[in-house]
Amino acid sequence: MRVLVDENKCCGAGQCVMIAPRVFDQRDDGIVILLDESPPKELHPAVREAACVCPGAAIVLEE
Amino acid sequence: MSSELISPLSMTRTCPYAPPAEHRRLREEAPIAKVKLPNGRTTWAVTKHEHIRAILSDPRFSSNRRDPGFPSLSREPPPASDLKKLLLELDPPEHGQARRTVLGEFTVQRTQALGPRIQQIVDQHIDAMLAGPRPVDLVQAFSLPVPSLVICELLGVPYADHEFFQTRSGTLVNQKSTAEEVARATGELMMYLGKLVAAKAQEPTDDLLGRQIAKQRETGEVDFGDLVAMAFLLLIAGHETTANMISLSTLVLLQQPEKLAALRQDPAKTLAAVEELLRYFTIAEQALGRVAREDVELGGVQIRAGEGVLLLANTGNRDPQVFENADELDLDRGSRNHLAFGFGPHQCLGQNLARLELQIVIDTLFRRIPELRSAVPVDELSFKTDATVYGIREFPVTW
Ligand code: HEM
Ligand code: SF4
Repeated sequence: MRVLVDENKCCGAGQCVMIAPRVFDQRDDGIVILLDESPPKELHPAVREAACVCPGAAIVLEE
Repeated sequence: MSSELISPLSMTRTCPYAPPAEHRRLREEAPIAKVKLPNGRTTWAVTKHEHIRAILSDPRFSSNRRDPGFPSLSREPPPASDLKKLLLELDPPEHGQARRTVLGEFTVQRTQALGPRIQQIVDQHIDAMLAGPRPVDLVQAFSLPVPSLVICELLGVPYADHEFFQTRSGTLVNQKSTAEEVARATGELMMYLGKLVAAKAQEPTDDLLGRQIAKQRETGEVDFGDLVAMAFLLLIAGHETTANMISLSTLVLLQQPEKLAALRQDPAKTLAAVEELLRYFTIAEQALGRVAREDVELGGVQIRAGEGVLLLANTGNRDPQVFENADELDLDRGSRNHLAFGFGPHQCLGQNLARLELQIVIDTLFRRIPELRSAVPVDELSFKTDATVYGIREFPVTW
């Protein structure tokens, strides 16, 4: 799995950080930071959930 | 379509825990339907999860609550438009810019730092309840003051002014307040917030308003009106919503003691439970409206420019295509794919703060008052069916 984030679409409510804190973090200004662009398999379900609920459709997965 | 053919949309519930049955019928038969609201206006009612998500993320729909097409459920005309637009009402690109100026105040990390202070506020109110007479109205003694003090904390309202702030914000959310009382309380709060911002501009403090002032100084002049509007929005968006979720969550858990017992055994489950309670009640659906900026085709219907859409997210959150046994309160469900905080660029800015408050409240209230129970038969409780945000008016409890 490859994870891409689009900072311009991020509206910063931090859902991804709550769901997959090992993969996503936020800058001080609230915008998403990608910590791991190819997360290990055990994190895939959480990353998929984050992509699904991201309100800005800012997380794109290539599987 | 002639107006005679448009069916009325009732907001009346038969069960306090479920959206009106008629809304479910709409979701099954006409998921995007033109309806007449109780105040006589027409709008599109949208009841499917996928359509609600689509509209809330589509920039062709506007959040301008002052547009005559905006689906307002109130009987009064929309408020005079001389007030500066709130974040909630802005459209792109202004909305994104405005939201980005405060986003940093609501990061997961910054919100979690408020945890110890929220715990203290919750404990103090439980202490006062335990020391006071029984029965007591949970709404006045607990549900309303806790989130109001959390907002004081967030904004940096000094301790000495808490009482002033509490009583005014109490008037705003009290349905028994007259229009004059609401207008006076709003005026007094605005004045107060103006003075607070001015004081913080003199003597910078390390809180949301203080940091916003510092940030504005870096790039130019401090915009007092802007900061007052933001502070006021946080109060109206974060006070009654959270309070109603506290009362409703307490009620439903008291009514389903096996679920409460399972939660009390394992506090690690509370966060998932909060998520499910948010889905189950979806208290703010009447705040979720939009107005089409251009013609849009969706789900087989043509929505014309200027027409309103009302996103019935409570029914959308019980869409069987998304949630199994959707009418069931399943505290282990753990799904965040709900619309209780909206969706798209306006999705609730305070959502992680609300989650944290609810988590601390649920963990603490039942641990400290294990004998807590309703002091009246539940069918005597009065629910806010006609309010923008659903809740319980008064909730006498004892232990
Ligand atoms: C359980 C409690 C809460 C619920 C159910 C709730 C619900 C919502 C909903 C549905 C929206 C979206 C409105 C729209 O798209 O038109 C929203 C927006 C907003 N909420 Fe909340 N909210 C809650 C608590 C809070 C708290 C505690 C705060 C802050 C202290 C807050 C601040 C805001 C703000 C500022 C917006 C506007 C965001 C924007 O337009 O970009 N909310 N809320
Ligand atoms: S969930 Fe999406 S919008 Fe929210 S912080 Fe993460 S990337 Fe940004």
